[in-house]
Amino acid sequence: MSVILKTEKLRVEYPNRESRQGRKVALSGLDLEVNAGEVFGFLGPNGAGKTTTMNVLLGFLPPTSGTASLFGIDVRQPIARQRIGYLPENTYYYKFLTAEELLRFYARIFGLTSAEADRRIAELIQLVELGHAAKRAIKTYSKGMQQRVGLAQALINNPDLLIFDEPTSGLDPLGRMKVREIIQRLKNEGKTVFFSSHELGEVETVCDRVAIINQGELKVRGSVADLVERHQANLEKVFLDIIGYQPQPVS
Amino acid sequence: MNTVWALSGVVIKELYRRKDFYVLLVLTGLITLAAGSANFFNDAKIVVYLKDLCLLLIWISALVIAVGTAARQIPAEREQRTIFPLLAKPVTRWQVILGKFLGCWLACGLALVVFYAFFVVVTGSREHHWPLLNYFQALWLQWIMLGVVIALVLFGSIIFSAPSANATICIVVVVGILLIGRHLNKVALQQPEPLQTLIYVVYFLIPHLEWYDVRDLIVYDHALISWWHCGLATLYGAVYVLLFLFVAWLAFRRKRLSV
Repeated sequence: MSVILKTEKLRVEYPNRESRQGRKVALSGLDLEVNAGEVFGFLGPNGAGKTTTMNVLLGFLPPTSGTASLFGIDVRQPIARQRIGYLPENTYYYKFLTAEELLRFYARIFGLTSAEADRRIAELIQLVELGHAAKRAIKTYSKGMQQRVGLAQALINNPDLLIFDEPTSGLDPLGRMKVREIIQRLKNEGKTVFFSSHELGEVETVCDRVAIINQGELKVRGSVADLVERHQANLEKVFLDIIGYQPQPVS
Repeated sequence: MNTVWALSGVVIKELYRRKDFYVLLVLTGLITLAAGSANFFNDAKIVVYLKDLCLLLIWISALVIAVGTAARQIPAEREQRTIFPLLAKPVTRWQVILGKFLGCWLACGLALVVFYAFFVVVTGSREHHWPLLNYFQALWLQWIMLGVVIALVLFGSIIFSAPSANATICIVVVVGILLIGRHLNKVALQQPEPLQTLIYVVYFLIPHLEWYDVRDLIVYDHALISWWHCGLATLYGAVYVLLFLFVAWLAFRRKRLSV
């Protein structure tokens, strides 16, 4: 099975703004491997280093040391991002554009021909059920509709690897279910999905493997079924055990 | 280049979906028409003042559009975080800078064409002659000058995170160059060393935007500038555009971006 996403001894340090001395270690020697065709959940409490890892994978941040690659290409090369789709946690899009214009803009960036772009945009608008609003400015959309535009833009280039940062954050139950359906459909099409989430039930449902990080260090990595069997508990309990959560007695 | 054109298309769409351009165009039109309808001091040559006023308004409006549009491009991308889905595509930071520049410059070019079309109609209806080549030279040189201004503002927008601070500083610098740039060498002569050398260095380093102000050519019906000189001015402007874009890219590629 080919490795699509790989990090080796990945380390990221920031200048420590609070103490003005030393440096804050956001990631420390992270080793990850995501294989083609799997849905991989990337878990950790807030501040664990999930977003920093994604920032490195997407080329926003240079690693302090170690390497990260997509499809065997160093993430610092823009071409490494040719076959990926990225869905940010929040809706960061040009709100003065319509959904159709936004998708056409990204299609041009990926070098799709006009005919290909037309076909792909029609498919995606249908997939995310935005046909009725495709010619309206994004600023007039609800949060759920904006998240669906985000999903469509992440798929515009028919990517082989999808990187989703908390894809169901802020969505209502129906929206979450639709996102889960889309992830499942992508998996059936043989796509690789790498996503972070705090919704552990959702992760348990759709993921083949997970990695749990805490304070910048990889704590555990393995298949969901193995982890659940080994700990004799559901994923939420496994997660809490691994990050060392101690419940406080209620007074 | 496809990416650069796509990025510039978004900038142009943003400009014509905002109200700034229309407000400035209507304001210029209203002031010019109001001034044109008045008869100051029974002067038969009122059309000269009218042309002067209209061109001044066009210069101010174009500068406001250029600085306002360019100053908010990169900061708005970072503040609204649209930079992240963009850079998650196979897009380099140089392409972002180039696309933003091209978009702002083309948008200003379109705005200038609309402003000059209005100017030609107003003055032509009064004077009944149409020195179109003179108008073209004035428009072209102003557009080149705006290119230098936009590149400077884009560079500023990487250094200063607040668009308002960047716009104010850049307006002061540009107006300063337009008003006193040509006199700096004379000022230097009257200064003791090392101030003299310092002012001379500034004189030779700054882009001489005042060279592109050929309003008098139109107002007083002067002869055409030689096309050779126009070409040299274009080349001079292009060098400064590339220089500012290059330093903007150097600064931008070092910026740490985190979602």
